[in-house]
Amino acid sequence: MFDVLFQRGFDGRLYLEWLLSGLGWTLALAFIGWWIAFAIGVLVGVGRTSKSRVIAALSRLYVEIFRNIPVLVQMFLWYFVLPELLPTGLGTWVKQLPPPWGAFFPALLCLGTYTAARVAEQVRAGIEALPQGQEEAAAALGLSQLDTRRFVVVPQALRLIIPSLTSEVMGIYKNTSVALTIGLLELTAQARQISENTFQTFGAFASATIIYLLLALVAYRLMLWIDAKYHIPGTSPSKPARKPLFGLFGKRGAA
Amino acid sequence: MNGLDFSVVADALPYLWKGLQFSLTLTVVAFAAGLVLGVALALVQHLEVPVLSPLAKVYVAIMRSIPLIMVLFWFFFLVPLIIGAMMNSGRPVPIGGLWTAIITFSLFEAAYYSEIIRVGLRSVNKGQYEAAKALSLSTATTYRSIVLPQVFRITSPIILNQTIILFQDTSLVYVLSLTDLTGAASKIAQLNGTLVEMYLFIALVYLVICTSASQLVAVLRKRTRIATTR
Amino acid sequence: MNQSNANTNVVEMIDVCKRYGTFEALKKVNLSVRKGERIIICGPSGSGKSTLIRCINRIEQHDAGSIVVEGQELTGAERDIAKVRREVGMVFQSFNLFPHLTILENCTLAPRRARGLSKAEAEDRAMHYLSKVRIPDQAKKYPGQLSGGQQQRVAIARALCMEPRVMLFDEPTSALDPEMVKEVLDTMIGLAEEGMTMLCVTHEMGFAKQVADRVVFMDGGQKIEEADPQTFFGAPENDRTRAFLQQVLH
Repeated sequence: MFDVLFQRGFDGRLYLEWLLSGLGWTLALAFIGWWIAFAIGVLVGVGRTSKSRVIAALSRLYVEIFRNIPVLVQMFLWYFVLPELLPTGLGTWVKQLPPPWGAFFPALLCLGTYTAARVAEQVRAGIEALPQGQEEAAAALGLSQLDTRRFVVVPQALRLIIPSLTSEVMGIYKNTSVALTIGLLELTAQARQISENTFQTFGAFASATIIYLLLALVAYRLMLWIDAKYHIPGTSPSKPARKPLFGLFGKRGAA
Repeated sequence: MNGLDFSVVADALPYLWKGLQFSLTLTVVAFAAGLVLGVALALVQHLEVPVLSPLAKVYVAIMRSIPLIMVLFWFFFLVPLIIGAMMNSGRPVPIGGLWTAIITFSLFEAAYYSEIIRVGLRSVNKGQYEAAKALSLSTATTYRSIVLPQVFRITSPIILNQTIILFQDTSLVYVLSLTDLTGAASKIAQLNGTLVEMYLFIALVYLVICTSASQLVAVLRKRTRIATTR
Repeated sequence: MNQSNANTNVVEMIDVCKRYGTFEALKKVNLSVRKGERIIICGPSGSGKSTLIRCINRIEQHDAGSIVVEGQELTGAERDIAKVRREVGMVFQSFNLFPHLTILENCTLAPRRARGLSKAEAEDRAMHYLSKVRIPDQAKKYPGQLSGGQQQRVAIARALCMEPRVMLFDEPTSALDPEMVKEVLDTMIGLAEEGMTMLCVTHEMGFAKQVADRVVFMDGGQKIEEADPQTFFGAPENDRTRAFLQQVLH
């Protein structure tokens, strides 16, 4: 069934290489996109709980916009619409970016900003779940509001939400496949190409699917490891997110 | 920024409306079918039914681990084959885009709904099961009349939020060239070169629908919170 | 600012009012605290005693009247509030240690960020005060690994690391198991003997008798009685004080 991977495509490369190159783009999108999402998400999430009404309202606006438009439509907005709305020179420059990058950067920004809205809501929930006494104690010690956020509130909120961030990590790597709609040859796109070139659809799709499943497992183990690494001694362990491939691979997760 | 012509949107409205109807139909049917199947998947795991329980676990895990577009490709490849085999026709039997999409989304969403229900089932107080047993109710009656109504009450905001995501996800049938709202907009956009106007317009439509829906869910969440606090 | 007042009175509260919606938590309360004084505030729950001391470092905002701390009137100005908070230490009923930081980090965070101490200076100071509350050996542990009594002593050390002029205690022993109350009270007595200005909300009447210069009794958001401990416990003037004392002493 997987012998298709060891046949050569029209460019002389093995289909396995096609698939791996797709995997590379998928990983690059997911990994860099995640850090964009995390950075914006923490800022916006903290902004949601700001005492300043303007900041709170702007953060809310961000979340509502990026959460309530399908990721596919956002992909089109970044790829087709944004260059038209930019000043002519800049727009032309964006449109003339060489092949993979012309699709990669819009996809990256799309996935980063979209996932950021979801991360922001988790961060906000984490902050709101902290006991009131933490902020009071920081204030009573004379810490500024910014320092209170930076040293007391955010570090605790992030630890609290690691299990729910797991599903956002899984979300962004799954959404990387949406980038195929603007022509990025990531994993799913490569699987489809192989299928169209060879008519060995089953083998092509199964190979990509197995890679996705392994990625899910890796993402899950990584988050468990992060959870354990940042676990605060003397507190009860957090409830881990559910293992994606329950009992299929490896031993039980949580320590 | 100059030269945007939103009159093309007005001309396209009837076609876009048909696309939106497709999106909504797909959402509603996949919601109903997915929820029924999701409850079944959750119950099988909760009751630890032999054989079925691990199968359900694996099914849910796989569905939740791969991208929806990959699932769509799989189903559009497999469903005609399977139906062909079931009808002994010896060749794939295509059943049309809407039906294949409905089957795909129902089965896909079932995995997500089942996780919500499963967590809901675990959150029901143990005393409820014991009380039902004490009243010598059958397992079926216990779940149908006592446990599930409570689970639905607790989880309804999460289920509805998941359904808003489902509605957004229906846009992905674009990859199969079906004519949902996004597909309709893209077809017109490519026909007369109005990508900017069309995509901005449907973005607004999705934004309005999803924001209103999530506001409704927020109101509901507040109400259930009051109803469940003792 | 009134300089002569600042020299004598560390805290000066005049006609302080505070409401939550329609509930009046404080009704025109007056209180002066001189340097080195130890004031015990008691009263039934909901009497406004906690609100009173939480207004002193503006964890709660008063609605009317004036509060002057170390010559600084508490208004909305952020910078003034920060200045006051650096001079006023507070110990909470539920400790409120930062669970994700070690004991040492709990004690060094504010001195470094709000007082501008270097890491080494802050750590020296933290170890000094941790020794004073007799838990220097726990410095590398996390709050969750300590007993309640130990945590509350860390909380005291944490507040002392800012070298405040006044210490506020908000029912510091109410959340503790009975066997741990004494170690915390002993720490507080030690502090009192060194001349720290203290305001303490507590039901520990034995402690009040031992350390208080004055005892304040509050009820219904008002200061009902204020007297030296001998008078307060020996011959309280007000009926409500007598009723309260009867409840807590028996």
